[in-house]
This record gives sequence, structure tokens and C-alpha cells, in this order.
Amino acid sequence: MVRYVANKFFYMLLSLLILISATFFLMKAIPGDPFQAEKKVSAEMKARLMEQYGLDKPLYVQYFKYLGDITTGDFGISMKKLNQDVSKIISDTFQTSLKLGLVAIVIAVVVGVLLGMLAALYHRKLIDNVAMILAVLGMAVPSFVFASLLQYYLAEKAGWFNVIGFDKPLDYVLPVIALSAQPIAFIARLTRSSMLEVLHADYIKTAKAKGLNWFTIMFKHVIRNGILPVVTYVGPMTANIITGSVVIEQIFGIGGIGKVFVESITNRDYTLIMGVTIFYGVILMVARFITDIAYVMIDPRIKLSGGKEG
Amino acid sequence: MANNQTKTSQDHVILTSEDFRKIGTDEKQSEVIQRESLSAWRDAWQRLCENKIAMTALIILALIIVASIFGPMISDFNHYTNDYANTNQAPSSIHWFGTDELGRDMFVRTWMGARISLTVGLAAALIDLIIGVIYGGTMGFFGGRVDEIMNKFSEILYSIPYLLVTILLLVVLEPSLGTIILALTITGWINMSWIVRGEMIQLKNREFVLASRSMGAGNARLIFRHLLPNAVGPIIVTLTLSVPSAIFSEAFLSFLGLGVQAPVASLGSMISDALTGWMYYPWRMLFPAVLISLIMLCFNIFGDGLRDALDPKLKK
Amino acid sequence: MNKKRLLSMLALILIVSTVLAACGSNNNREGGASNGAGKPAKAKEQVLHINMSAEPPTFDPGLAQDSQANTALKLMYEGLVRLDDTGKEVPAAAESWEISPDGLQYIFKLRKDAVWSNGDPVTANDFVFAWQRVLDPTTTPAPPYAYQLGYIKNANAYNAKEITDFSQVGIKATDDHTLEVTLENPTPYFLGLTSFYTYFPVHASVKNNAAWATDYKSMITNGAFNLTNWTTGQKLEYTKNDKYWDKDNIKLSKIESSLVTSGAAELSSYKSGQLDYAGAPNGEIPSDSIPTMKKNLPNEFAVKGIASTYFYEFNVTAKPFDNVKIRKAFSMAISRQDLVDKVTLGGQIPAFGFVAPGIKGVKDEFRTEYKDNFFQENYEEAKKLLAEGMAEEGYTTLPEVTLIYNSSESHKKVALAIADMWKNNLGVEVKTENLEWGVFLENRQNLNYQIARAGWTADFNDPMSFVDMWKTGAGNNDSGFSNAEYDQLVKDAMTSQDNAVRMEKMAAAEKILIQDEQVLMPLYYYTNVSLTKGNVKGISVNYSGAIDFSRAYIE
Repeated sequence: MVRYVANKFFYMLLSLLILISATFFLMKAIPGDPFQAEKKVSAEMKARLMEQYGLDKPLYVQYFKYLGDITTGDFGISMKKLNQDVSKIISDTFQTSLKLGLVAIVIAVVVGVLLGMLAALYHRKLIDNVAMILAVLGMAVPSFVFASLLQYYLAEKAGWFNVIGFDKPLDYVLPVIALSAQPIAFIARLTRSSMLEVLHADYIKTAKAKGLNWFTIMFKHVIRNGILPVVTYVGPMTANIITGSVVIEQIFGIGGIGKVFVESITNRDYTLIMGVTIFYGVILMVARFITDIAYVMIDPRIKLSGGKEG
Repeated sequence: MANNQTKTSQDHVILTSEDFRKIGTDEKQSEVIQRESLSAWRDAWQRLCENKIAMTALIILALIIVASIFGPMISDFNHYTNDYANTNQAPSSIHWFGTDELGRDMFVRTWMGARISLTVGLAAALIDLIIGVIYGGTMGFFGGRVDEIMNKFSEILYSIPYLLVTILLLVVLEPSLGTIILALTITGWINMSWIVRGEMIQLKNREFVLASRSMGAGNARLIFRHLLPNAVGPIIVTLTLSVPSAIFSEAFLSFLGLGVQAPVASLGSMISDALTGWMYYPWRMLFPAVLISLIMLCFNIFGDGLRDALDPKLKK
Repeated sequence: MNKKRLLSMLALILIVSTVLAACGSNNNREGGASNGAGKPAKAKEQVLHINMSAEPPTFDPGLAQDSQANTALKLMYEGLVRLDDTGKEVPAAAESWEISPDGLQYIFKLRKDAVWSNGDPVTANDFVFAWQRVLDPTTTPAPPYAYQLGYIKNANAYNAKEITDFSQVGIKATDDHTLEVTLENPTPYFLGLTSFYTYFPVHASVKNNAAWATDYKSMITNGAFNLTNWTTGQKLEYTKNDKYWDKDNIKLSKIESSLVTSGAAELSSYKSGQLDYAGAPNGEIPSDSIPTMKKNLPNEFAVKGIASTYFYEFNVTAKPFDNVKIRKAFSMAISRQDLVDKVTLGGQIPAFGFVAPGIKGVKDEFRTEYKDNFFQENYEEAKKLLAEGMAEEGYTTLPEVTLIYNSSESHKKVALAIADMWKNNLGVEVKTENLEWGVFLENRQNLNYQIARAGWTADFNDPMSFVDMWKTGAGNNDSGFSNAEYDQLVKDAMTSQDNAVRMEKMAAAEKILIQDEQVLMPLYYYTNVSLTKGNVKGISVNYSGAIDFSRAYIE
């Protein structure tokens, strides 16, 4: 088990190094330089800016310096948000995204599992059909369409919520709904199929036959086993929430890291693009790493030397 | 290992009470083969046909594809000519889906958009298929050191978040249909290669392969005559399900302004364009949005149905 | 079974904690501050809600260069003079000034009751410090608008390291409240320039703190408002500065700005009552919704011309546009009125000249004194000119023409529309190509194009800001245009003290540029489109579209 984890961890670091290198060299491959503007910047001024951002040095020097800085958490200085630390921008805005993301994850898991369970328990009944139609719709409608509809009808027209902003608890409602729709849909489907599997499993039949009461069966066996696959969805869900968040923050004017990411792309703020990309990469890789470990630990069908489940 | 999603299908047959029935008095009758014997493919097809929802999805998909090819032709308009006298017109008998902010006909544009979106989805899936089959096939067939190294490489590549790489690539490259497809496939083929690898490993130790090998069949014959044809099922399912995810990714990129560039439009970029004014001109968002949702829906439902049909272990 | 549950819990906890650990040590700072400073004031009255589509890239007046920073800095700082509603210079940090008869020397008398937000008096030395900082070649990052101070004697030389002794630069504090400025040339618009943010004073304490303007707590300002809260990417909050010398004329107690990028969301927010002001220059009313807004909210909707021109420039060194008749033909063959009425929709004004309206002339606006009737749209004439031009060059078919523009929704719309008009009115197929910003600029600056989109906004309120850029070899002259007569006219205007003569020379130069040579085809003069709630008064917008909320109030 330890060897397995160590192995996975090593490869995660290797992947991270590749991502950092790819990001670095791709950014360097962009034609033109970052200091161009409609009103021309003089050659002399440009030279000074290049020097100030260390861009006048040979590429490999810049690369190793960047690698070294990253290990200390220093992503450099933003090129468009003057004098601002990229690490500080990331940490400031990530807090906002984290608040939004965590609420969305909790809602997605709770609602998704509930929907899936109901659908499984009332298999082929009205509830099942309604839940599955909702789930399918959740997966089929692009999140920016959904968010835009919510914003117009519930905020601008009905006036129940603020159109933009993220200060009061009420401001969370629309972005969270928009952000969790897709994960809810996925979790509901996942839970439903695994619950159905469990409900038909032999040991449940045995439990029924033994005369255990319904609640005990439900809580001791069905639910617990039925929602296990949801844990393995942690990695993909994190990715989903992050990409979703990029869109949602933009639409609702939330100062999260997703909004910063989009801005950095439109502004061609190279240091910021690199910083956010690598930061996202770390989160996603860590999420995937955890999923991998959890998957192996939970699924008894995957056996590792010495790590057998009871 | 842990990454392999296909493992989740059951290793055992599920028996429900419906699986049991009382055998009648005449036991001999039960020995008679009741079902005519079918090839695996016809069997799967029959099961697919019985799945009404999946068939509906397939039919809708076929209609959408046909419409996206021929739809623009039956209209008097084209997708690029501006008509400033008729901007933002509501749907009418002249412009069936209305017009956009430059007076272009939305009916033609919607189907052209569907064509582009489908092209992106299908091309990305196809490239994934080609690379995935070659790479995965090599890993699975040769095994040993080759497999180990190639597999590690793909695992590392896979753990790099693909959307980030895609976005980075599109920041660097000029966004065009080609570069978008390229960016979407840069890591998209990995999943496919694993599926192929898994199938190969499973199949190559089977008796019929051994038999063929002992009769002197070469590698090429083994791969193309025996291994690939038997792995087609899972490959097709993966292929079907990777189309909608490519379409969605392109829509997301369009939202970021990194999708296909004007005058070419995809469904995603049309929706993005409409986001600023759909409250006043709802048709500009309605038609592309409904269409993209329908495409997503149908591919997913059909893919699921296909998986059920091709996986005999789930047969009831 | 317990083990499984434990593991799933563990997995979740791990995720959350990794994610938390990644956001560093300063977790609580922002949250604590926003609760402390923002919330308690419940007073609904005199709070203005605005939106900025992007966070100002900097709050440092010396480094600023965009309209977002302009709006913010106008609230937070005050220069020597201020422009009032009518664009006239009125006393601000300086209570009076004297200009020498030769127009070269300015003596500003600073008011004694002006203080910084930390209580220090605002002195002439603060201006010297700020200006020296902008000109200092070692300032990091290099102030992009250093050239805005270039009218001051030896300023450019000091900035370019040609002289190292700052005392040779024409900026002197003769005492705490007297600032003496000597100019290179008589510059009639210099007084107005001192209201621009590059000329704002900066507190000397920032000298050794490069990050001083990245945290609202370390900003020391002298304007009507202080920045009291800043949630990155989400919200800015300005509170009235009670130490401001003119605080009795400041009625707003607070200005809150959201930071949403999407024009649609901004408009939606305005309509739902969350915002008091929407649109240019800090935000945008989507052009799709302009007609509806104009109709539904006629009393709140406003269009104002600003000193900015949208045009296509020709590469006069490349085929086929090295022929003036072909250039003229292309310029005549479009309908600018249709373009603004049906494509851009923002009430833009069709342009037939280069100097935009709103720029001062001798007595009135330059554009009123010298009409922009340099040419007329005429499709027949255009076709004739094209045929003549082609004959002169010996073309039987016109070489392929490509129009380049930088990727943006609005540029795309215009480019497609113009290409369409050329096709219909001139019978010429023009390829349109959108390029990423960096590539676009590189192509344009290296004369690697045929026709390119361009825009120009006045840096100061004088036609010179427009005619200066087409001098031979000027930094922003990307057309390859070089004309000795033109250069001479600009030079004469620059050294003359007589305003009437200057205007005459510059008008003559513009005539060469547009009527004789058609170096560029003007398309339209930009406008600011905005919505203001009926009860909000006192917002002032100057000639260049810069907005000043400091004297606004709510009725």
C-alpha cells in the first residue's frame, strides 16, 4: 500500500513538472511580447520592461529561476496588475472560489445522492423518471446557458436575488445552483445505478430473508454501499466544479480565481496565466491522486499486495 | 489498475426473482432451443432495437446530422451574408429561425453551427480513436517492457488536466477549426488507448488467439483478424461517448473566446454571441441551445444504450 | 465496513485541507477587513453604485494608463487643477497659477489646507517627487505614460538617461507651496494636462515600497475619496475623505463598484436597481440592447461623443494602396451612416476627418471651426477612381486585399460589414482576417499589412494629439506615410504661440492627411453610451470620455 501511494505520488510530481514546463515554454512561444499596446511603447522602454521582468535573460536561466521560485510559492509579479504578487492574487481569489466550490460540492453530493436514492427506491416510478430527466437535462445544457437563464428570470425579472455580487448568503443561491447542476446530474445517475446493483445483490436478499427490518437494511447496507462510487467521483467532480466556476464567476461577477483566469487570458497577462494554470493543475492532480488512492482502498475488487479488504 | 473505468462492470451475473420461473411439467420442451442462434453483432443490434429510448436518440441524431448537411441547402439564404435592413428579426415565414445581429439567417446559421460542432466532436473522437487504437494496441499486444513504459507515459500525460493544456494551446496558437480539434485531442486519446489495451490483454490469452498463433498466424493477422474485431464493442462505446464531451469542451472554449473564430460559427460560439442580447432576441439563443442540448442528450443516451447492448453480461 | 467509511471521510478531509493549505498564510486578512470597514454603515442615502468591467490594473497614478484606473484615481487623488463640467480648468491642489508671457513658465501656488489622508500637508515637494518618479529611468515597472510629462523642459532627456541631474529638469519647488514648471515649447494645453493622473502628486513615503499601491491600507491619497475596501476581482469601495479640503462640496458618502466583466450582467444589474450607473467608460451596454434601452429608458439613456476616432489605415507602401486613387475609392465606397445605424448601434458619429469632436479650437471646438468635409461618399465616383487607379498601376485585376483587425466582437462586426459594403458598392472582394493582439500589432507596426483597423484617443485636449502621430517616423505612424509639407506644418504648429495660427496649420495638415493623401479612412467618432438613474446628478464626463463621480449626488 505504501509503495503504491509513494509510486502514485512520484508520478504526480512528474506530471506536475511536465505541466509547469509545458506552461512555461508555451507562454514563451506566444508571438509578440507582452508589452505591446495600441499606443506604441518605445524600444528603450520595452528593453527596460524586459529587464525588469527578467525576460532579457537566456530562456534556460528564466526556466530554472521560475522552477526554483515556484517551489517557494513565488509565482512572480503580474504583468498587467502592476506590482501585484501572482501568489497573492491567487490566494485572495481562491478563497472566494473555495467558498463557492465547497458549497456547490456539498449541495451536489447531498442532492445528487438523494435524487439517485429516490430514483433507485422508486425504480421505474414517476420519481425515477422525473429524477432521471432532471439528471439528463443537467448534463445536456451548457452551464453558461443555465446560469444566464437563472440570472435573468430569478434575479432581474423576479428580483429575488442580486444579479451580481457575492456578499450575502442569498448571493450564493444562483451561482451554487448553476455550478452544482452538472455534478448533481452525474452523482444522481451514479448513485442510482449503484443502488440498483446493491438492491439486487444477494446479501440484501439474504438480509431481507433473515427478516431484518427495512431501515436497518437501508442504512447498514444499501446506502452505505450504494454511495461508495460517489467517492471515486471526487477527482472528476473537482475538475467539473473548477471549469464550471470559470464560467459562473464570470457571469455573476464573483471575484474568484476562475474570473482571474479568464481575465488573465484576455489581458495576455503571462505570469498570471502561468500561475493560475499551475495552481489549477496542482488542485486537479491532488484531487485525482486522492481519488486513485480512495478507489483502491474502497473497491475490494482491486487487490494490492497486502491491502486486502475485509 | 486503478484508472481503468471499464472494470466497474460486474464480474458476476445478477439474478433477480424474475430470472427464475417454474418449469412446466413437460421438461423436454425446455431443452428445445427457443431462440434462434445469432451472431454477437446481430444479437447486440437486436438488443439495441428493443431499447426504445436509445433508438429514439439514434433517430434524432441521424435527423440532426442529415439536417446539418442538407438544412442550409434548402434555404434561400447563406450563413455569412449580412443584411443590415433585417437585423434581429423574429422568426417568420422568410427567416424560419429569425436573424442575428448582422441580419444573417439563423436557420442556416444554426445548422451550419451544428455542422461545425459535430465536425469538431466527430473529428476529435476519430483522431482519439486512431491514436488510441495504435497506442493502446501496441501496449496491449506486446506487453512487457514496451507496455510498462508506454503505459507510464500515458498515465503521466493523463494526469495533466486536459482543459488547461487545451486553453494554453489555444492562447498560443491561432484559434481555428484545426487547432481546436488538435487541442482537444492532445490528451483525449489516452482513455481510448487504455480501453484498447485492456481488451487486447484480455483477448490475447484466449484460446482462439492461441489456436491461430499455433497455426502460424503473424502479428498483423492476429491483430487485424482476431484482436481488433473482438475489441470493437468497447471501442465504439467509448467513441460515442467522447463525441459529446468534445462538443461541450468546444462550447466552453467559445465562451472563453477561444473557440472557432468568425465568420465560422459553432453552436457554442453562437450561444456565446447571443448571451448579451437573448432577453430581447430569445431566438438567437433558443435554437442553438436547444440543438446543442439535444445533441448532447442523444449521444449520451445512445452511448449508454450501446454499452448495454454490447455488454451481454447485463442481458436480462 | 467502518474502514470504508473512514476512508471516504479521510478522502474528503484531505481534499479540503490540501486546498486550504494551498491558499497560503494570509487567510483571514481579507475577510476580517471586509467585515470591519464595509458593513456597519447602513445609510442608504448618498451611496452610489457603479460597475467597472475590469479591476483597475493599478492604483498608482504614475503607472496608470487606462480608463478604469482613470475613474478610480480621479476619486482618490487631486492634481494641480481639475476640469469642471464644461472642461474648464479650475483650482484644485493649486489655488492659483501664473503663466509667463512667452508661455514657457508656470508658477503654481498650492493651497495650504490640502492634506494627505494620513494628515500630512500636500506640498510642492510631493509633486516634484511624483513627477521625478515617473521620469526616473529606474522606476519599476517603467511608467508607460512618462511621455505625458515630456512637455516639461529636459523631461524626455532625463527619462532617456541623456542627463542624470534632475535639477536640470524644469520642475522646482521654490517653497512648500510654490511649484515652478518650465516647458520645452509653449504648450497652450499644458494647464489642462496637469489634471491628468500622471501629473497627480504621490506621497513620498512610498519610495521604498514597490507594492504600496496593491493594498488599500497602504495607500496615502489626497482626493475626495479613499479606497476603503478592495476584494480582488469583485468589489471596490470608496468612502468620502473627511480630510479633503473641499469636503463640503462632496455629497456622496460612499461609492461602491462591482467588478463584473459581462455587459449583459451589468445591464441586468442596472435594470434590477442594483446599479445607479451603467455603461461607458468603465463598463459597456451591449450593442444588441442599445435600441431597446433607447426606446424603453429614454430619460436614463445617454450618448455622448468623445475625442476618439475609429479608422482603417492603409499601408501606403504596399500594393495596391500605394496608389492614392485606390485609397480614395475604398474610402468613398462605404456608407458610414449605415455602419453606425445598423452595426455599431452606439450612436457613433460618421467620421470624414481625423480630429475628433470635443477637441478645443480657437474659440469653439476645432471640429466646428474646421468642418470634416474632406471627401464625400460616392459609389460611382469610387468605381471611377478605382478604375483610374488600376489603369495608372497597370492592373487588370486588383491584387488580393486583406483587412486585418484584432480579435474582438465589435471589431469583427465592423470588419464584416465594411467588407460587405466594398463587395456591393465597389465590386471588390476583401478578405478579413482577425489576429491575436500581439500578432496584430506586430504586423501593423512592421508594415506587414494592407488595411488595418486602428483607433486613436486624444491624450490631451488639442488637435496636436491627433496630427502629431502622422509625422514621418513618429512612433504610432504605422502607415508608412511620409510627407515633408505635413511635417513642416506640424512643426510650425508646435513652436507657434498664436493659437489661431496653430489651428490653421493643424487644419492644413489634416487636409493633406485625409483629403489629399487619404492615408487613412476615418469610419466614426466614438461615443460613450450610458444609463444613469433619474435621481443621480452631478456626474461629469470630459472631452475624452473620462468620468468624474466625485461631485455626484443622489436626489
